Amino acid sequence: MAPPDTATAAKTIELPGGSGDEREELISGSEAIAHACRLADVDVITAYPIRPYDTVMQYVSQMISNGDFDCEFIVAESEHSQFEIVKHASAVGARVFCGSSGVGWFYAFEALAVTAGLRIPMVAMVGNRALDDPGAFGVEHNDALAVRDLGWMLAWVATAQEALDTALIAYRVAEDPRIFLPCAISCDGAFLTHSQAIVKVPSKEMVDSFLPPYDRGEKQLHPDNPITIAPQVNEDWLMEMRQQNDKAMRRAREVIIEAYDDFEAKFGRGGEPFIERYMMDDAEIVLVGMGTLALPVKVAVRKMRGQGKKVGFLRVRWFRPFPTIELQDALSGVQAVGVIDRDYGFGSPFHSGVLANELRSALYPVENPPKVVSFIAGLGGREVSIDNVVEIAGMTYDAANDSLDDQDTHWIGVRE
Amino acid sequence: MSTGSVEVVYRGIFQKTLAKNICRGIVFAARKEGKIGTAFGRYGDSPERNGIPAKQFAVVSDTEEELEEHLAKYEPVNNDVTIAADDALCKGIESWAWYGLQPINKLLGDGGTLLVTSIQSPNKLIKTIHRKGTPYNLAIVKAQASFSGLWAYKDDHTDVRLLGALAKVAPHIVSLDAMLEAIRDQWNDDLKVAAAKRAYEATESTPVGVDQGNDEVPFSFDLPGWTKMEEGLVIRGMDAKPQDVPGRDGGYVPTRNEVFKKFSTRTMRPVINFDTCTKCTLCWLNCPDTCFDITPDGFYDANMEACCGCGVCEAVCPVKDCVTMVNEEAFEDNDSQWEMWTKDKEGYLAWLTKNITERPARSHGYHHVGQYAEEIADGTA
Repeated sequence: MAPPDTATAAKTIELPGGSGDEREELISGSEAIAHACRLADVDVITAYPIRPYDTVMQYVSQMISNGDFDCEFIVAESEHSQFEIVKHASAVGARVFCGSSGVGWFYAFEALAVTAGLRIPMVAMVGNRALDDPGAFGVEHNDALAVRDLGWMLAWVATAQEALDTALIAYRVAEDPRIFLPCAISCDGAFLTHSQAIVKVPSKEMVDSFLPPYDRGEKQLHPDNPITIAPQVNEDWLMEMRQQNDKAMRRAREVIIEAYDDFEAKFGRGGEPFIERYMMDDAEIVLVGMGTLALPVKVAVRKMRGQGKKVGFLRVRWFRPFPTIELQDALSGVQAVGVIDRDYGFGSPFHSGVLANELRSALYPVENPPKVVSFIAGLGGREVSIDNVVEIAGMTYDAANDSLDDQDTHWIGVRE
Repeated sequence: MSTGSVEVVYRGIFQKTLAKNICRGIVFAARKEGKIGTAFGRYGDSPERNGIPAKQFAVVSDTEEELEEHLAKYEPVNNDVTIAADDALCKGIESWAWYGLQPINKLLGDGGTLLVTSIQSPNKLIKTIHRKGTPYNLAIVKAQASFSGLWAYKDDHTDVRLLGALAKVAPHIVSLDAMLEAIRDQWNDDLKVAAAKRAYEATESTPVGVDQGNDEVPFSFDLPGWTKMEEGLVIRGMDAKPQDVPGRDGGYVPTRNEVFKKFSTRTMRPVINFDTCTKCTLCWLNCPDTCFDITPDGFYDANMEACCGCGVCEAVCPVKDCVTMVNEEAFEDNDSQWEMWTKDKEGYLAWLTKNITERPARSHGYHHVGQYAEEIADGTA
């Protein structure tokens, strides 16, 4: 018998049980992103290693070497070059993918900052990681959040399935000529990037019916279309350009809703575009968070519901554009909201997390707004336990009853 | 309503694909029974280093909601089964970024099963395993440790043999029928299915009582809080003066971290012939872990608490058979070879010769250029 080769032995095995043109596979969040790249038939992918993002590179290169995927795969000499290369490739009409984590994302910052201004519909994956030093691989959200005001659309996902689906939706939205803005998908390091789950992987045909080819039209850099992109502008022009960016971001909301509607029609899943409402119907208090935090929070909410406590959970799926309307709708009439930030905002109002302060701002015009209490938890990838969530819910109830100051920020799960 | 979890402790590089095959196999098989599962590696590990102990896990539940309780975590505790893919791991494990030696059965739940590939008897193996404080079972799949590789996977069926044995010791996680079906799906190989079935039939468990095993108390400490830690990420250095070893006058034994000893990474150790050593210093200079102690008479004695078995000393030694890497299976303690030699030179030579000539096969790599061709010729490869 011929010895089996490694590629075959270690290859993802198809499982029965997929519906129609979809098949079930046991894959990690990073591998799900790699599948999305393959299904979207991305033309140019650049890579530079950093944990946890580098797992995407591994799966993409494996797909290429197995003959399952054809794209230009360029290993750059830094994150900065990595993002510059795809920026230029996108300008000439290539569908592109890139990504990084933690300080790698920051090393590319000059490139990241200009991508939106040039209206490049790049899709990137941020494998969320703490900013070293000190050396740490675990998840914090401050890395991706750093681009929140620069014209990037930002999504946070909670499962490998959502990672795959959101990446496909991201291409559709980013490359819509009404938008042409970059989009980053945040995947929590370890809990999502490195954990294998059963995922429905659609066929290329299904994806083709949802995602049209990238067409840059008159903005395509090409010898037959002689244009200049990004000349010097200074004070005479820049403010108008920024206004254009702002208008594009404002239009994104409707385009995202359209994309989710169509995704639901084609794939039978997707859910509410901007937020996930979990046991919210009669909730007195609501916990709010992003990413894989949802897993322990949902378990805790179910337990508390079992004890008769009316606690709900709201997961923010898109941070940019910020779902102001949806959050106002979902949280009006709630007594108190406990926001769990897996990030920090040193010196910010109330010393709160980034999400908490954004949410306070969004709820400001609401009549009789709920109390908003900010909690910092799970930094550096620390596990957020079910007990932590129960503690947070208890303190949020206290804020509702005026026995806890809602203008202070509480660190949960930190050793004294 | 039930959830089962399995921990696979393996050696970096050599067994990474093996561990992955086992954990994925468990989830696939459970899927055959309508369950849902997840498989993942311990994120803080760095299994891209030769021989370093690392972990992968499989968790399977009846429902998705139940599984959610076990997600977004680094490692499940109270596992139903802990698999040690190399019986040398039973002495304890120190992974990268861990805090000292951890017992192999630390994350095994009460009444769970430690499943080991070994050719040793249960009684001999139990002596090396730390006492757990609660009863558990030991099951053995008769096999040498399989260092089947990462980049090229040498398929010796260890993956499916362990999967078959798992169905025997933990049928509540997955049945034999489901396991065999999953193996057939995954590899389409009757031999692998037969190997799993035979392992299932041959595997038996031995109960291990609370008073059985190694009574060494593993190192532990309390992590400090933010009010106790020094600000600005400052770590104070150790006193770098050489160690004062009782009974030794002269020589040089460097100060070493008493807690992080690294030897559990080792799958082979250097055996040194002090009679032929020319004191050329190359082993001492090239050792990446500063593990050679300088003896009072100017020899270089590889400290077995500090050596992680990389084999650089053997590679740089210019004298034939002066430093020879020998499979860790041949040894039970970390005693000083130089002290053995000074006490009884003839006895040491006999011990050395026996280890070099009758040693178990190397765990990985080759001793000399051309060894692979020789092994092919005599059919041992």
